[in-house]
This record gives sequence, structure tokens and C-alpha cells, in this order.
Amino acid sequence: MSQERTAQLIEQKLSMLEPKFLRIDNESHMHSGPATDSHFKVTLVSSAFDGVRTVARHQKVYGILSDELAGPVHALSLHLHTPEEWQTDSTIPDSPACMGGSKHD
Amino acid sequence: MDIMQVIKDQIENNDILLYMKGSPNQPLCGFSARTVQAVMDCGQKFAYVDVLSNQDIRANLPKYGNWPTFPQLWVKGELIGGCDIVTEMYEKGELKTLLEEAAPAE
Repeated sequence: MSQERTAQLIEQKLSMLEPKFLRIDNESHMHSGPATDSHFKVTLVSSAFDGVRTVARHQKVYGILSDELAGPVHALSLHLHTPEEWQTDSTIPDSPACMGGSKHD
Repeated sequence: MDIMQVIKDQIENNDILLYMKGSPNQPLCGFSARTVQAVMDCGQKFAYVDVLSNQDIRANLPKYGNWPTFPQLWVKGELIGGCDIVTEMYEKGELKTLLEEAAPAE
């Protein structure tokens, strides 16, 4: 499966949250191991997160992407905001570089 | 003992508990490194479990907490989050407050 395919699948599945903003960064190049579609960063702005605490927002997205997380996706960095929060602060933090701990997986 | 019971005991018996890849002095994943740095910087004692050397826990903790990835920070029996959430809380100063309140009295 190509990395574009995985990113497309993520985008397709997350469309159910009716995102106001959605960006998917493939960060697999920053990490060890042979997989090129393994590490992603998702920035998503949606009204679905209104009044939902951060842990539950992440769990919602993990649930939607459970097949991908059980398969090719090894790391998923999530930055999930309500439209209101996004208006106040729309910075997307950098993800850390890999240190190789899972390279024998 | 059943692995789910082991996890439950760890979470219930440690007020501040970090599941990570590697150890605080030698983290083996960038996400774990960033998270443990934030936790250490708050200055409270904490427990940690290296999931790379505890594969049973690595395989089963995601089911226990409905959270598929590592690191995971648990405080007073509650899942606080992974690297993204912990980093965000650290930058806002919320992590320090949370950990100070959770730390056992000396």
C-alpha cells in the first residue's frame, strides 16, 4: 500500500467529522524502520469537538482510525481543535524525531 | 496474575505513572523522550514502565485505556494522554499543577 493511499484513507474516514480544516502530514521520513506510511500528523478542526475534553477527542479519532492503527500506522500525532480554539491559536507543533526504539518490530 | 489485573494494579497504586518506550534516562522514542522530559521538569516523583521490555503490557494496555499508542501518562488512575496532550499541558503550565496536586505528600 503506498503512503498516499494511507493518507487518503485517513482523510476519507475523518471526513465524517465534517472538518473545517484538515491537514495530514506524512512524517514517516523522520522515523526508523522500513515502512514509509507509518508516522502521520493530523491537524483537524471540527465542531464535533465542542465541549469534548482532549482525551476524548483523541479517543474519538483513534476509534475512527482503528483499522489503520492496527495496520500500517505506527504513530499518529493529533492536534484536534474546535473552530473557536483554532481562531485563537492555529499553530501546528512540530513532532519529535525518532530515536529508533521500535526498529526491530 | 492476569495481565489486565497487573495493569490495573500499576495504575491504581501509582499516583503518577508513565508508560513509555525506554527509560527516563534513555528514552527510545522521540514521543516518549519529549513526554518524560516534560514530566521530569515538573519536579515530582513518578513511576514508569518501559513497554519495550514488557511486551505483555505493550500489547494489552491499549485495550485497557482505549488508547492505541505510547507514551501514556496516567495520574490518580486517570489517563491524561500521550505526547501531544502532555506537551500542550506542559506549555500551558497545567501539567505542573496537575502533578503537584497528585504527588504523594512527603
